[in-house]
Amino acid sequence: MGAGGGGNDVQWCFSQVKGAIDDDVAEADIISTVEFNHSGELLATGDKGGRVVIFQQETENKSQPQCRSEYNVYSTFQSHEPEFDYLKSLEIEEKINKIRWLPQKNAAQFLLSTNDKTIKLWKISERDKRPEGYNLKEEDGRYRDAATITTLRVPVFRPMDLMVEASPRRVFVNGHTYHINSISVNSDNETYLSADDLRINLWHLEITDRSFNVVDIKPANMEELTEVITAAEFHPHQCNTFVYSSSKGTIRLCDMRASALCDKHSKLFEEPEDPSNRSFFSEIISSISDVKFSHNGRYMMTRDYLSVKIWDLNMENRPVETYQVHEYLRSKLCSLYENDCIFDKFECCWNGNDSVVMTGSYNNFFRMLDRSQRRDVTLEASRESCKARQVLKPRRVCAGGKRKKDEISVDSLDFNKKILHTAWHPQENIIAVATTNNLYIFQEKVN
Amino acid sequence: MSGEVEASTEEQQEIQDTVVSPEKTEEAKLKARYPHLGTKPGGSDLLRKRLQKGQKYFDSGDYNMAKAKMKNKQLPTAAAEKTEITGDHIPTPQDLPQRKQSLVASKLAV
Repeated sequence: MGAGGGGNDVQWCFSQVKGAIDDDVAEADIISTVEFNHSGELLATGDKGGRVVIFQQETENKSQPQCRSEYNVYSTFQSHEPEFDYLKSLEIEEKINKIRWLPQKNAAQFLLSTNDKTIKLWKISERDKRPEGYNLKEEDGRYRDAATITTLRVPVFRPMDLMVEASPRRVFVNGHTYHINSISVNSDNETYLSADDLRINLWHLEITDRSFNVVDIKPANMEELTEVITAAEFHPHQCNTFVYSSSKGTIRLCDMRASALCDKHSKLFEEPEDPSNRSFFSEIISSISDVKFSHNGRYMMTRDYLSVKIWDLNMENRPVETYQVHEYLRSKLCSLYENDCIFDKFECCWNGNDSVVMTGSYNNFFRMLDRSQRRDVTLEASRESCKARQVLKPRRVCAGGKRKKDEISVDSLDFNKKILHTAWHPQENIIAVATTNNLYIFQEKVN
Repeated sequence: MSGEVEASTEEQQEIQDTVVSPEKTEEAKLKARYPHLGTKPGGSDLLRKRLQKGQKYFDSGDYNMAKAKMKNKQLPTAAAEKTEITGDHIPTPQDLPQRKQSLVASKLAV
């Protein structure tokens, strides 16, 4: 049904919203990551309280084709708990920084979830039958008196109400001195990487007591520290290739065939800066908050504070496309620095066929940037447009001068309402947008 | 006469600067408010602050006290002593919570 294309011929409608309506948001309820699995059937969220909630797409109702399938709760569990680092006397937050799904190999589903220090591999499995007719036990579990048993029977499996169980299968500890910002599963489906501010480690999914360090940018003298790693990802098809982005706006592509320690990059992607335009804010707003490969593996997208850039992996000296997310904020950088918003880390994502990219902004706005049609639209995730199948109206921000009707002025934007995490279904035009504590699901309008 | 011409040229340059770089205007605003802000843009200070994120406690006892206090505050029956600082006093049995607070399910899973 969905080709996953055309962000702007597509009309987006409200489908569902998850979470509490009240404005008093508990810290634990702040959503910190959103991720579809490889088929799009499952949607996982992580929050600041260390909890994971997984939603499952219901199989479509054939008799009502206009009623697109909904996502309902499938499983929820406490992934991480707060810990205390005794050596440094620092708290280790239970907040889930990232969730990444493994491709499905058998009946069970597997995902990796990580907080600042520990990565866990979770197995989510279904149980819909149970054995009945034991010889030595009653149905309620009490043991039968062996003397009363005169016949033997074979226990049989009988259907039961579906039970979804999540169990931690591997816990990968003590791999990181600094805070983990990214995890990425390799296309070989055997290894994965985890990145913190200064180092990137390679793990084998089966082995928890050893990890291989592949990138280390820690200087001998910490006074010389000039940049940190902000995100990292494996190439979707080439199992030897990964990229990592930095706080200085550069991306390095590394090839694990070239050497065991990938401190020396194979490619360095950096857009030359006009030195006359340099200001106190230049480096801060150039810091890359997210890097994502396209599904076809030919491009990568980076998100910095004000823009989204598309890079061709064959061209290192500049991006092939640059999109402004909220350029009107450039003249507000002073106050955004004072209220710390300038350090907000926005993520970005591709649609299934790499023709449209999406990223969040403030005031619960999010942006759809259509690469093929060179058009963009700003939409809003709000409780006001929550009627079933209500089409989302494009929003406009007035940067200065006379405000037109239906426009909102920059000074009226709510900077506490940030959309940092968004996800796009791998095949269909279904998107998941996380506001502070609510998860919105929007779908393409079906006529 | 020439003074006026010079002033208007300066003004023009200022307007040009503002038009050319809203960032520089914002930078000037910031420097005016915080004159001692680091000369190095971005700089190691910011990076180092980033590397050591998280609240520092004196020791694990201090940490556990603070956690217990937070949970106490969430329980409706607990007395709210807002003036107390972490690690300030030795707890008495009345201060300690009755039992460990059960894990609250996510509101997304309702």
